[in-house]
Amino acid sequence: MKVLVFIESDEGKIKKSSLEAVSYAAEIAQGTVAMVFGVLESSELNKIGAAGAKKVLHVTDSDFEPSNIMAVSTAIAQVFEAEDIELMVMAKSSLADPVSARVSIKMDASLVSNVTELPDMANGFTVNRSIYTGKAFAKTKLTSDKKILTIRKNTVPIGENGSDPEIVVFQPNSKGSDAAVKVLSQEKTSGDILLPEADIVVSGGRGLKGPENWGMIEDLAAALAAATGCSKPVSDMDWRPHHEHVGQTGVKVSPTLYIAVGISGAIQHLAGVNSSKFIVVINKDPEAPFFKAADYGIVGDAFEVLPQLTKAIQVAKG
Amino acid sequence: MKILVCITHVPDTTSKISFLDQDTVFDKTGVQFIIGPYDDYALARAVELKEQLGGSITALNVGLAETEPTIRKALAIGADEAIRINAEPKDAFFVAHQIFQVVKGGDYDLILMGRESIDFNGGQVHGMVGELLGIPSVSPVMHLDIAGNVAKLSREIEGGKELLEVALPIVAGCQEPIAEWKIPNMRGIMSARSKPLNVLDPFEDEQKTVVENFVMPAAKSGIKMIDADNVGELVDLLKNEAKVF
Repeated sequence: MKVLVFIESDEGKIKKSSLEAVSYAAEIAQGTVAMVFGVLESSELNKIGAAGAKKVLHVTDSDFEPSNIMAVSTAIAQVFEAEDIELMVMAKSSLADPVSARVSIKMDASLVSNVTELPDMANGFTVNRSIYTGKAFAKTKLTSDKKILTIRKNTVPIGENGSDPEIVVFQPNSKGSDAAVKVLSQEKTSGDILLPEADIVVSGGRGLKGPENWGMIEDLAAALAAATGCSKPVSDMDWRPHHEHVGQTGVKVSPTLYIAVGISGAIQHLAGVNSSKFIVVINKDPEAPFFKAADYGIVGDAFEVLPQLTKAIQVAKG
Repeated sequence: MKILVCITHVPDTTSKISFLDQDTVFDKTGVQFIIGPYDDYALARAVELKEQLGGSITALNVGLAETEPTIRKALAIGADEAIRINAEPKDAFFVAHQIFQVVKGGDYDLILMGRESIDFNGGQVHGMVGELLGIPSVSPVMHLDIAGNVAKLSREIEGGKELLEVALPIVAGCQEPIAEWKIPNMRGIMSARSKPLNVLDPFEDEQKTVVENFVMPAAKSGIKMIDADNVGELVDLLKNEAKVF
């Protein structure tokens, strides 16, 4: 089976979620091809090889817009044809969702999102995917010859032992109709760990009492090299930006560790985090429903517990 | 402005999820069904755009007769008419083809829906419909304004947002804060009863994925409580059990 992996980068670095997709593909078949856009150092491109790809198609054309849903979809379909691809793997993201859908129609492919495990190929091609916002899973069979998967974070570990890949410059043929979409600008925080990429997430809720107290959350996140998140009320009140809202109608995360501070644990919030491997809840209310979904809990005042915890982690990490 | 809003009929966000018949069928017993929360944002923005620009709103659902109360709610919120395609929504490919068949001759300027349904969370239908129609699709959309025949949008990206301009017609998968959810008022509820709800037979189409069975997540093994004065114990657990550093 010939497998293509669509790679995303951020600020010159290959996203970890994309490297995970490469390692996922390498588990399925030899000779994985990866496709990547933009200016990247060769050390970054080599990471794709280390994760398991044999060949990297590098789009270096500076006129190509790597966030243009239409242009990216057209370019991927071109690679599908040129490389005789049977399966494409992408890390789930705000770009992968709309792009995978368009490509599935172009290629007449079966598409499954939110995949959580390697496929079972004993009898056809069946994957497990998360549904009902993490409240259940569905074993789903892909019935077309061509297949596309978007995988969720923490599905497989990232490989590091592959050899340097063959790097080939790839020139996409743009279609005139792709220019109907004009990407004017991007407004994003720089330097921060992106929430869906993070192995550890520290989230705050209304218990923090106001945006001025977020320094405590940021300090703990910095000590753990974690991303920061928040509950829906916090983003609704504009204490924190919407892209930090974790939950049913916000970002769904599946990190190794999720730390919830001053969040009561409404079912809509739990839905966005219940795929985390370990959950820590810190709340002064011992009856907070979040404790039922947690692995470790502390009943206490965030304003006292957080500084102590941050300090203890700094000491433990040396 | 001719607007189509596609709505899903999904379990309320607080629903407990369970399955019947060896985990092959969703158990609807006691489950309250609603308009998908993301679709509700799309509908609310459609109502605002109609107020600004004039035009009409058609609500569309792919579902069996059981979805009609949900469709009537969309009519109460502000859709002028509704279409129900009388079929079980088998997968995203199937649903996208049903929508495409209705839309292709319809001259819609805007086709709005939620970024994803909250039952299967695929986030696929808007992109598929766009591709089938050969028009742009954008998702997840946080802001949407119309200036002449151009849509000005922002789309959420990891760590921020992206600003775009796209010539109409487009398909958009919507999410907050595109508009505030609208609660139907009494006049809306009364008028919804007499608004047209047309039922169409499904268009023959294949599906490309098949759910073999459902699986419930493994239960947590139980919480370990730590004294607030002893955060060192938590640090030990994070280091030695969770192994995060």
